Formats: sequence, C-alpha cells, structure tokens
Amino acid sequence: MIQFQYERVTTAKAAISGLANNSNARFIAGGTNLVDLMKRNVTAPTKLVDINMVPLKDIQQQNGKTSIGALALNSAVADNKLIIEKHPLLSQALNAGASAQIRNMATVGGNMMQRTRCPYFYDTALPCNKREPGSGCGALQGLNRMHAIFGTSDKCIAVHPSDMCIALVALDASVVVAGPKGERRIPFEEFHRLPGNQPEKDNTLQNNEMIISVEIPDNAFNKNAHYMKVRDRASYAFALVSVAAALHMDGKVIKEARLAMGGVAHKPWRLKEAEQALAGKPATEETFRQAAKIAMQGAKAFKYNAFKLKLGPNVIVEALKNAAGLV
Amino acid sequence: MDKSKSKYEPEREGSESRRDFLKKSSILTAIAVAPVAVAKAAEHNLGEKISAAFETTPVNVTVNGVKKQLNVEPRSTLLDTLREQLDLTGTKKGCDYGQCGACTVHVNGQRVLSCLSLAVMHEGQEVTTIEGLAKGEELHPMQQAFIKHDGFQCGYCTPGQIMSAVACINEGHASNEADIREFMSGNICRCGAYPNIVKAIQEVKNGGQKS
Repeated sequence: MIQFQYERVTTAKAAISGLANNSNARFIAGGTNLVDLMKRNVTAPTKLVDINMVPLKDIQQQNGKTSIGALALNSAVADNKLIIEKHPLLSQALNAGASAQIRNMATVGGNMMQRTRCPYFYDTALPCNKREPGSGCGALQGLNRMHAIFGTSDKCIAVHPSDMCIALVALDASVVVAGPKGERRIPFEEFHRLPGNQPEKDNTLQNNEMIISVEIPDNAFNKNAHYMKVRDRASYAFALVSVAAALHMDGKVIKEARLAMGGVAHKPWRLKEAEQALAGKPATEETFRQAAKIAMQGAKAFKYNAFKLKLGPNVIVEALKNAAGLV
Repeated sequence: MDKSKSKYEPEREGSESRRDFLKKSSILTAIAVAPVAVAKAAEHNLGEKISAAFETTPVNVTVNGVKKQLNVEPRSTLLDTLREQLDLTGTKKGCDYGQCGACTVHVNGQRVLSCLSLAVMHEGQEVTTIEGLAKGEELHPMQQAFIKHDGFQCGYCTPGQIMSAVACINEGHASNEADIREFMSGNICRCGAYPNIVKAIQEVKNGGQKS
C-alpha cells in the first residue's frame, strides 16, 4: 500500500471540499472494499478523507418515503424495525450480503460504491479495462464463470457485486448526492451504469460528489417480498444469480410487481418488462415462468457462464413463488 | 512501544514470554547467517522506521479497558497495530483480506474485521480483543464453552470465532442452529470444527456453563 494523506472531517461540506483539486482523493467510510483494494494495489489513492464522523446515519420515515443516511451501517439497516416492517426486501438483501462483521463496518453509500469482484480486475498482473483503461479484458476469453449475461460490452463483462442495490433498484429508490453546487437526486436505476466504452466508470456520481442518503418511496410490497441468492456456498459468497421479487397482491391476483436481478450485469438489473407481464395475472407458477422467459430475453452467455441462462429464470420463478407464499 | 498491560491480562510468569523468546532467537539467528546484502536491507528498513516516525498520526483508543495514545501510520490496519505496536497477538492474521474472520475484534461492542480497518479511523473508540475477554484468571463463558465442546483443532481461527460468537449472541442472532450458522459464516475454520462451535454458542446462549 502506498502512503497517503489522511484527513478526518465532520461535515458533508468539509468532506466535499476535501476532494477538491485532487482527482486521486477518495472518501473512506467502512473501508471493507477500499482497504482491500489498496492492499492489493488495485487502487492507490494519494489522499483519504475519513467521513465516518459526518452525521449521516439516520433512518427516517417522512413525506411518503423512507430516508436512509449514506453512513448507516448495513447491519443497522438490516436490523432496523422500520425497514423490516416497510421494506423487508431490503433487510433480506442486506443480510444475504457479506458477513456479520463486514455488515457492521460497511455503510449504505460504501455498498453502492463497491467495485466488481472480477478476478481480472483484482489481479494487477492481468489486463482489465476497468482497472487500466485500454489494457484489454481478461475475462472475455478467460475464466468468466461469474460474469455478466446482460448489457456487456467488448470492453468489460464484469458484474456489480452488491445485494443491497438489487433490492433498492427494485423498490424504485433514489439517491441524494451533494456536490460543490448543491444537491441532486439520481434515480437508483441510473446511478450505476453499463460498461460500454468506459468500464472504468461504475456509476454516474461526479468526482466531487458525495452520497448523502437513499430514499425509498412508500409502497405496498412489504407483505409479499423475497430476496433469493444462489451462490457457491450457503453463506458469505457473492451471487451467481440473485433475484429481488416483490408483489402487491389483491387476493390471488398480482396488482403490481417489482423484479430485479443481481450477478448478471454491470449494474443492478431491473426487469420492467417482466414486471408488466406479471401485473393483473394470477400468482401461479405458470405466470412466473412466462415472466421469467421475458426477463431472460437478450441474455448472452460466455464460455463458462452459460449455466446462468438456465439458473436465472429458475431463480426468478423460485423468488416469485416465495414472495407470493406458494412455497 | 507501549508495554502497559490491560487490566484483564494475566501476569506473565517467568522472565520471558514464548513470543519474546522467539523474536530474540530469530534475530540472533538472522545475524548469525546474514550475508552482507541482508544486513544492508535491514539498515534500509531502519531508515524506513525513522522516516515513519515523522509520518504518523496520533490516535486515542481504549484497548481492553486501557486508554492508549498511539502514533500510527495512516496505512496501518487495526490488526497490525494491535499485534505489532501493542503486542496483543491473540488477534490472528489469517487472510488479511477480509475473507476468513480470524482478525475479528469488537469496536464499541460490535464485531468487525481488524484487517480491513485502518487504526487511524478509531479515534475515541473502544476496542476489545480476545485478551480482554477473560476477567483475570476467570475465562469468559464462551472461552469455557469452546474448551468444553472442543470448538477447535489447530486453534488459529479460535480468537476470531470466540469474539464473533460473543457478538452473535449479543446481537440476538443465535436463536437457533440455522441462525448461528448464518451469522457465524464470516469465520472460516479450516479444521472444520463447526458442529462443536455451534454447540458451544448454543450452550452459552442457553444460560452458560452446564456441567
């Protein structure tokens, strides 16, 4: 790890000015991903701005939405009574991610900013357009079992690693960010981006901006929600495929649905067409199969991840069955 | 180096600990066999140490109930600071990348991974390590339970397992076996002592030591 300048701040304003004039300065909160990347020399900031003392930990309910501070810990959000009652999908997704120790350190904002776990990104001896633009993509012709099947480019086929973000994109969340010119809101779906020709950019946050909070609008999905994560071992592993499913039921008929997938794309993958196909239909396995078929349209596998083309729709069906209470 | 001991740390008997002996004997061995190039590298290391003294940041932390004023390099992890600067080597370095849980300690009562945390980020906080769990000669109930149920073989993951297990119960995540297994999944045991670790946690959860 190279040496860096360390600055501790107590306000968001000081944090944002702490980044000024240094494109190689980074915020540090939990550090669970950044310290790991710094130890491996994948990233080498020359300055760290410690934002842990900025008061952004509150979880509040007001004006028709739940607001979660960017520095709320993953464990605090997962165990929060309001979140469990109003947005159980989020609580489930959080508890499916990482380990209890890491959830006690990782923040909501940091979770959103975490980098891909693509092994080519992590190994500085190998090419990676995300780590070193123009060096090539090792995964494209390499070991790509964990990689994306949606929205890939010939520059990058890495996947976004978060579970929390899959629930947030399904729940129509938005991200409040602050910069030198004030605050703006980014719909969660537009926060993370596809790789295209710039895989080094994971999201649409500007260099001098800071995540302040995440807002989830009130919804009627709390009775029928399920987060299903399939991985190589039962716990403490990244998703091969995960599905966030939430239904607003009217008796046995689906009034409205929310569906998103993890482990399949460079961003949390929202499945709007499948959601539309579910609306107004009876909650049966047949309905869910149809929706899953629609969801998988456009999927493209690589040499070692073709299993995701089969696993994906199966997990969608299982997650929906669980959400609907059919199992 | 701060040598003041935690109030819970048992007095060492005899003049030297095993670790001190190992340190000294390996230095002597190194001197005896060192070619000139190695000696030069050691000199270089000394230079680094001197320059580090000018690049440290003060941080106040309470470790096992004792207030410490430390000067740390910003890039020192909490794990390395505990082990190398405070001589608290009970906390183990397993993978050093947040994948194994051997380095688990409590910060302000919450279990965290000391390998993924920079020491400088813990200003004003309270850190508890495995050395701070026992009260004098009296082991913590979880330590007792690990011994009773054979919750280890090689023992390398054990300090992390025990710190995690204590927190797991405090968090309310130990109500049944499935819960315990899920919320202890961040502590890997290469020897596979999991069934016994679960038994130890269940016993402490259900009211401590039964004969």
